Formats: sequence, structure tokens, C-alpha cells
Amino acid sequence: MEDRVVFEVSGLTKIYEMGEVKVHALRGVDLELFRGELVVLLGPSGSGKSTLLNILGGLDTATSGRVTYLGKDLTRANERELTEYRRFHVGFVFQFYNLIPSLSALENVAVVTEIAKEPMNPQDALALVGLSERLDHFPSQLSGGEQQRVAIARAIAKNPAVLLCDEPTGALDSATGVTVLEALERVNRELGTTTSIITHNMDIAGMADRVIHLSNGLISGIDTNAVKKSPKDLHW
Amino acid sequence: MNALNLKLWRDLWRMKGQALAIVLVIVSGVSAFVLLISNMNSLIITRDTFYREYEFADVFASLKRAPESLKQRIREIAGVDKVETRVVADVKLDIEDFPEPVTAKLVSVPETGEPLLNRLYIRRGRMVDPSKDDEVVVSEAFAEAHGFKPGDSLGAVIHGRWKRLFIVGTALSPEFIIQSRPGALMPDYKRYGILWMGREALGTAYDMKGAFNDLVLTLAPGVKVEDIVVRIDMILDSYGGFGAYGRKDQISNRFLTEEFRQLRRSAEIFPTIFIAVAAFLLNVVVSRTVSLQREQIAVLKAFGYSNRAVGMHYIKLVLLIVLIGVAGGLGVGVWLGRGLGRIYMEFYHFPYLMYELQPSVAITAGFITLGAALAGTLYSLRKAAILPPAEAMRPEPPARYKVTTIERLGLGRLLSQPARIILRNIGRRPFKSLFTVTGIALSCAIMIGGTFSRDAVDFMVNVQFRLSQREDMTVTFVEPTSKKAAYELRGLRGVEHAEVFRSVPARLRFGHRSYRTSIHGIEPGSTLSFLLDTHLKPLELPPEGIVLNDYLGMILGVRPGERLTVEVLEGNRAVRQVPVVGQVKQYIGLQGYMDLSALNRMMREGNAISGAYLTVDAAHRNEIYRKLVEMPRVMGAVVRKEEIRNFYETQMEYFLFFTFVTMILAGVIAFGVVYNSARIALAERSRELASLRVLGYTRAEISYIFLGELGLLTLFAIPTGFALGTGLCEYIARALSSDLFRIPSVIEPATYSLAATVVVVSACLSGLIVRHRLDHLDLVGVLKAKE
Repeated sequence: MEDRVVFEVSGLTKIYEMGEVKVHALRGVDLELFRGELVVLLGPSGSGKSTLLNILGGLDTATSGRVTYLGKDLTRANERELTEYRRFHVGFVFQFYNLIPSLSALENVAVVTEIAKEPMNPQDALALVGLSERLDHFPSQLSGGEQQRVAIARAIAKNPAVLLCDEPTGALDSATGVTVLEALERVNRELGTTTSIITHNMDIAGMADRVIHLSNGLISGIDTNAVKKSPKDLHW
Repeated sequence: MNALNLKLWRDLWRMKGQALAIVLVIVSGVSAFVLLISNMNSLIITRDTFYREYEFADVFASLKRAPESLKQRIREIAGVDKVETRVVADVKLDIEDFPEPVTAKLVSVPETGEPLLNRLYIRRGRMVDPSKDDEVVVSEAFAEAHGFKPGDSLGAVIHGRWKRLFIVGTALSPEFIIQSRPGALMPDYKRYGILWMGREALGTAYDMKGAFNDLVLTLAPGVKVEDIVVRIDMILDSYGGFGAYGRKDQISNRFLTEEFRQLRRSAEIFPTIFIAVAAFLLNVVVSRTVSLQREQIAVLKAFGYSNRAVGMHYIKLVLLIVLIGVAGGLGVGVWLGRGLGRIYMEFYHFPYLMYELQPSVAITAGFITLGAALAGTLYSLRKAAILPPAEAMRPEPPARYKVTTIERLGLGRLLSQPARIILRNIGRRPFKSLFTVTGIALSCAIMIGGTFSRDAVDFMVNVQFRLSQREDMTVTFVEPTSKKAAYELRGLRGVEHAEVFRSVPARLRFGHRSYRTSIHGIEPGSTLSFLLDTHLKPLELPPEGIVLNDYLGMILGVRPGERLTVEVLEGNRAVRQVPVVGQVKQYIGLQGYMDLSALNRMMREGNAISGAYLTVDAAHRNEIYRKLVEMPRVMGAVVRKEEIRNFYETQMEYFLFFTFVTMILAGVIAFGVVYNSARIALAERSRELASLRVLGYTRAEISYIFLGELGLLTLFAIPTGFALGTGLCEYIARALSSDLFRIPSVIEPATYSLAATVVVVSACLSGLIVRHRLDHLDLVGVLKAKE
């Protein structure tokens, strides 16, 4: 079991100082994420799930506690090491896609494969999310769902060890959301990428191996799904 | 303060960096305007006041000799107000510890002890006692150059006799604000001076008792100078008159007028560029602010603020920036203006400088800037005012990009994604990119236009003193002399080679146009004096006919092959038809050239010469100077090397001042344009850049993507700036050309590279400041926000 651990989180706290107010976003989180699993982090707004994901992704630093990635201590990494970590090991998918508006779908993927170590072919990545026909379209010419699928292709094209998704369906309608989740599920299944999805949408939890509930900066429970649902069967 | 005005101040504070950059550009423009216009006005006021208070004459004439009784006839000419006759003579001076040849103009002071016209402003000491024959007042500039003070003495060769003169005072005269030896490049205060001496003593020395050889007069208001000049010429004709002329041809006044014209041109060219750039920057910033604040505008309107109130709100923002800029510009302009005024005071010799900033200059500067700023921002302001609230609530549609033409041409495959981002961002807003390039290019052009004069002057000096004139010194005789006099010069120890010349004052006429100058006769096959054709190649002087300086040909409208009328202004006063047989290039002065024998024949004189060019052995130079002072026939000598050195010394401070000021101003423009473009681009693209950082791009990589665009634009801007600068120099050169000198449009590589350096350094500086912000992008925050 030990060698399957990708992330090991212990006693993680994060305090934001907003002017004179201190916000305790995380109050001592202990957690392990395993290779190849699909985890859904579930919780209401302000529960600390985004903060947790940002720290796991090397976008933010912890106030105290420890996070290791494949045995390496991320909490001690400096700016340069974190950049390298993001560059070679993590794929991100965001609520608002964050595509580069001046680059076409294909180029948005290439922007990552150009700097990665052993990337996929950008076309293959886009094929995986069902966008082979839209390679030369710019973000302004794509629908929200299509943009998000480009973002997923971009995230997986570097062959990352982990895929971190922050409300990937948050800006999409239900039907479009399902196609996006299908893409994520397929990546997880076919490539075995450890995938972590943040959502406040309970219905999505059904497609996970494990569901981690967060509230008020703490893990309030972890459920394991004996049977994973296919995204097609999810409705909200 | 109402809420909207409070918002105004906060908005301004939030964009303080950009506002400051614009303010600096406005400060530059306004201060350049104020600097140049206020100096021009101050100099004009000073000159006019000095002219008026010290009775500067309206008409000048010199002649061979006329009895004092002639004065009455001149006074009776209708329209003539005051008349003063004078004795004026050129003398050689003999100054202790200064071995080089020095000449001076001796001007008589009437027995009354005070000139009626061209009165003297006595700076130190006192006026001469007319009864004393050894007292002189010297011009202040000459006194300063030699450290003379009242009580000192100097030797002078007056009419062939050495005499000790005692300095009793130093003075300034409206007639000699610029003291330039005729034909000289620049005033040379060490080697040419003005001395005033009692009329009695001077008259006696020059055999002018009861006679005069110089005449100055003023006119009654409304009288035309030309009419009087004709009358005077008629009267003086039989007394050897050299032709009367008005103020506009008086040498000191000519130089001043030219200088003021230059100032006016500069005041038109440079500030215009700055104000245009400021208007462009304001346009960019205001339109950005308006589109950023769409939702705020919507809310204000939803709450009942009128279109007018919203429009006014943004107009106030423009007003505030402009006002701060104008106020700063006035302050800096006055400060620099005083500095420039001091430099002018060393160059010109006025008793005082009446520096003042006329309110009209300040008001004009304010209105022009404000007008340009409002015109530049009109579109954005209107957009803010008429934006319907419901529409304003919606975010602006996403930016549309497309594949650029360069990529379609097949270069696309070679480009990395960051390179594509750079190209497509430039391509998405071609006009904005074009404006940015133009703005930076203008700064480069200003730099070139402001500093090329150094190259032009080097070039002029090189053509005049190295290609054209190759003698070590030029010796002139008191009056036309037999060619034999040259033997005397050749006989001096240390003289290696001598070539003679003849110089004849003449009025050249073609059709209704005429120009007063001199005709220079040189020996064929001369090795010391070369005529250069319009390609600066040596030109063989034809044995017959006259060769004209190209600019003189233009003034007269005469071309080679045509015949012009030469009216000789000395000796037999011959009037002859002479064919124009060629054109020569010259940057300084206007002259005609003839073969020496042809000129002698035209004058119906024998082998007469006016002087000689010498090459000398440097070791014997001082000895030669000494001998020249002693030779009664020799009027004076000009040493070429000294003339060049003096020229640079006189100009250096002026050059440095302008180079310094231009460099700062050009730097401000480049900085302002690049900084503002960068800040706006950063605001628009921070999300994209943060996304790239999240995807694992390093700080250096996103800096490349972001600043690469500006770098590329700057790179485009430099050659564009070179082209604009070259055009600007040509315009300046043409605008400032006159019969005194023509400025060649010559720009050395060093000037281009200095301009490019200033642009690149300013751009890098603003890039560095923005880079600092790039390093602190909020990665988490930017991902949460909707576009």
C-alpha cells in the first residue's frame, strides 16, 4: 500500500490574513491520496477544499503541517521547485477554463507539451476528450464545454502524475458537465492518472473511488464507493 | 467632497504609475514649449528694449570718405530722423601674452562724448574722454576673453603706426550684440573686438578731419527702409559708398533674427510631438479605464446619474492629469528657461536679460495640451457617457484572435506557442500596436533631431576647413595691393607656400532679385583653396565667368548658362554682365567665385590682390604673427586651426545643454509609452499569464511572453524612429537654412546609436518595473475570477 501513496498530508493548516481578520481555511487536515484513484472533494463554499487543492497543486503554501508528493516535502519547496513541480507533475483544470485566448485549441495544448518532459501528442490529447474536429478553433469560437475539454486535454497532455480539477463543471450546464466528466473519467481509467475533483455538487460524488467531505477547514468524513457510477448516469 | 469626486481621486491614485508617466510626457512637452517660447520672447523683448533704449540705427552705410557737410544733405532726406556720422576703421591689435593675430573695429565716439545712435551701455569704467587720443572703451566680450579691465592697455597699429591705447571702460552696444568678423563662422571674442575711441583722435589718425567714412541713421515712423537706402546710395555714390543697408542686413541683427527663427521652429516641432504622444497615451489609458469600469458606469446610471454626469466624471480625470502635467511643465520650463537664458547671455551680449514667462505662453500651453488631450480621449469619453446601463452590466465580449499573416505565410511552424501569443497580441490590435511603435519611434526621432546638429556642424567644419580651405592662415591687406606684396609674405621665415586672392564687394543682380556679397578671385590650380561642386568634389574654376554658391544661385534664381549683373561696390564701381558658369557647394556664407585674372580684368585693374593664403612651419608661427603686425600693408590674419577651435568652444555648452535636455525628454516619451502599454497589457492579460504560471511556466518564461511583445514593438520602433528622425533632421535643416549658413542633414552612426540606446534603456526600465509586478501575480485569485 505504501508505494501507492501519491500525496501524504498531515496536520495541514492554512490561515489567510485578510486585513485585520484571520480566516482559518484549513484547521489540521490529515489525508492520503493513492495512485490511480479518482477522488471527489466535496464540501460547501468556504469549507477549505480549494485551499487544499491549491496547496496540493503547488499554487499556495501552507501555514503549518506537511504535504509530501511521492515522498518529497512540498511545504519546504521554494518558488522555483514549485514551478518545476507544476510543470512536470501536475495537471490543472479550472472552473473558468483559463485557456490562452490568443492560441487555438491545439496550440493551447501545445503550450504545455512544449515544456513537458514526455508529453503526449497534442492531437491525441484532444482526441481523448473528443475534440479532434476543433483543433484550429480559438477559445472565443468554442462553447463552454468544449473549452473545458480543451483545458482537460491541456492538463493531461504532459502525462501528469496527478490531475487536479477545481469545480470543472461549475460554469457549465448539466448536459455539458456530463461530457466533461466523461472526459475526466476516461483519462483516469485509460491513463491511470490520480484525479482529484473539487465540487460542491453531491451528485458528482457518485463517479469517485473515494469521496472526501470537507467542512469548516476539516475533513468531516471519507466515503468509499463500492460501485462507481458512470458520468452518463449522473444528473443534477 | 461628493462620492463621485472621491471615486475620481481613488481611481487616479490606483493608476498613479500610468498617470505619472503621462504627466511626465506632458511636463516634457509643456516645458519644451515654455523653454523655447519664453526664451524667444525674453530675447526678443530684451533685444527690442535694448535697441530702443540705446537707439539702434535703422540704416547703415559705409563709404570711402565724405566731408562732414554731407551730413546736412542726408538729414534733409524726407523720412530721415537722426543722423550720425562716424569714422570706423579696422586695426591690428598687439596684445601682450597673446601672440596670435587680433583685429578690431575702431568706432568713433563724437566730441559730445556720447554717441547719438547705437549708444553704449557702459558696464565697467567710464566713457572715453573725446579730447584724449589714447583712450578706448572695449566691448565687454573682448575684455572678458582677455581679462581686460579699466586701466589696462593694449597696442594697436593705427594707420600703420603702433600706438598704446588705455582701456577706460567696457561696454555693450546694440550694434554688436553678436560680434562677428565678417565672413567668420562664429563670434571669436579673443581674436576680434570692438573698440570705441574719440572722433577727433581717430579722425586725425585716418585723415578724416572734418570728414567721415561711416553713417548711421534712424527713420521717422512708417518710412520704408528701401526708399531711404536708394536715396542714400545716390548721395554716397560719388563719395565711394559701399551700399547702404537696413537693419535686416546688419550682421549682428541678422544673427539674432536667425537664432529667434530657430527657436520658433523648435518650439513648433518638439512640443507638438510631445503633446501628440500625451494625447495618445491618455486615449489608451482612458479607454482602458472606461472598459474596466463598465459595471461601475452601469451601476451609477442605474442609480440615476445622467450621461452628462458620468461623462464629466471621466473628463475630470483627463483634466486632472493634464493640469498636473501643465503645472509641472510650466515649472520645469521656467527653470530650464532660466538655465538656457544664462547660456544665451554668455553668447549674446545684452546688458541684461529680461526673462519672463508671459501669461499668454502659459495659457496657450495649457489650452493646446488640454485640447489635444480631450480630442484624444473624446471617443472613450463619449463611449462612457452613452453606454446604456443594461448593456454595461454585461461583461465585454471575449477577445477575438486569429492566426496572423506572418504565420499563414508559412513561418507558423517555426514558432513556439509563446512566440505565437506575442504575434497574435500585436496582430489583434494593429492600431494600438502601430501607435505604440509610433510613440516609441517618435522618441527615437526626437533624440536624433535634437542631437544631429553636432554631426551637421562637424560636417560643415570638415567641408569648410578641411576640404575647401587648406591654408594655415589667411592674411588680408588693408586695401587692394599689387601682387608683388605676396613676395614680401613669401619672404617671411617659416612661410612655406602662399597663394593670393582678390575679394571684391559687389551686388549681384538677376532680374528683380539682388544680393549683396563679395566676389572671390582665386588663382587657377590653387592647392590651398578648393571649390567643391554639389557632390563635394573639387571643381576646376573656369577661366571666364562666375561660379556661384548653390544657395546664392537659388536666391537669385539664376542657373549656369545665364548672365547676371555684377555691380562692384568699390574702386571703379563697374557694372558688368557676367555669365554664370558653375555652382559650388558651401555651407557657410554666400559668395561668387572667379578666376583671379578674370576678376582683375572685370575690375579693369592690374594684378591687384586683397590677401593671401599661407601654409607655415608651426615652429615659426609666433614669429610670423609678430611680423604681420609690423607690416603696414597687412590688415590682419585668421588662423584656421584657431577658428575651428573657437567655433567648438562657443558651441559646446549649447550642444551639451540641448543633448542633455533632449535625452531626458526623449527618454520620458519612450518610458511613458512603453510603461503605459505594459501596464494596460498587464491588466488585460494578468489572467492569461497567471494561468501559464499555474501550468508550470517560470517567471522568466512569462516575462518573455509578456515583455516580448513590447520588445518586438520597440525593435520595430527603432528603425521607424531612424527613418522619422532622418526626416525630422531634413526638415529642421531645411527650415533653419539661411544665407548665413545651411545646415547639412548629416547624421552620424553614433547619433543613431545614442538615440537607440536612450529608447532601449527607457523601454527596459519600464519593462523592469512591470516585470516586478509579473513576479508577484496572484495565481490563486486569478483562477477564481471569471473573465
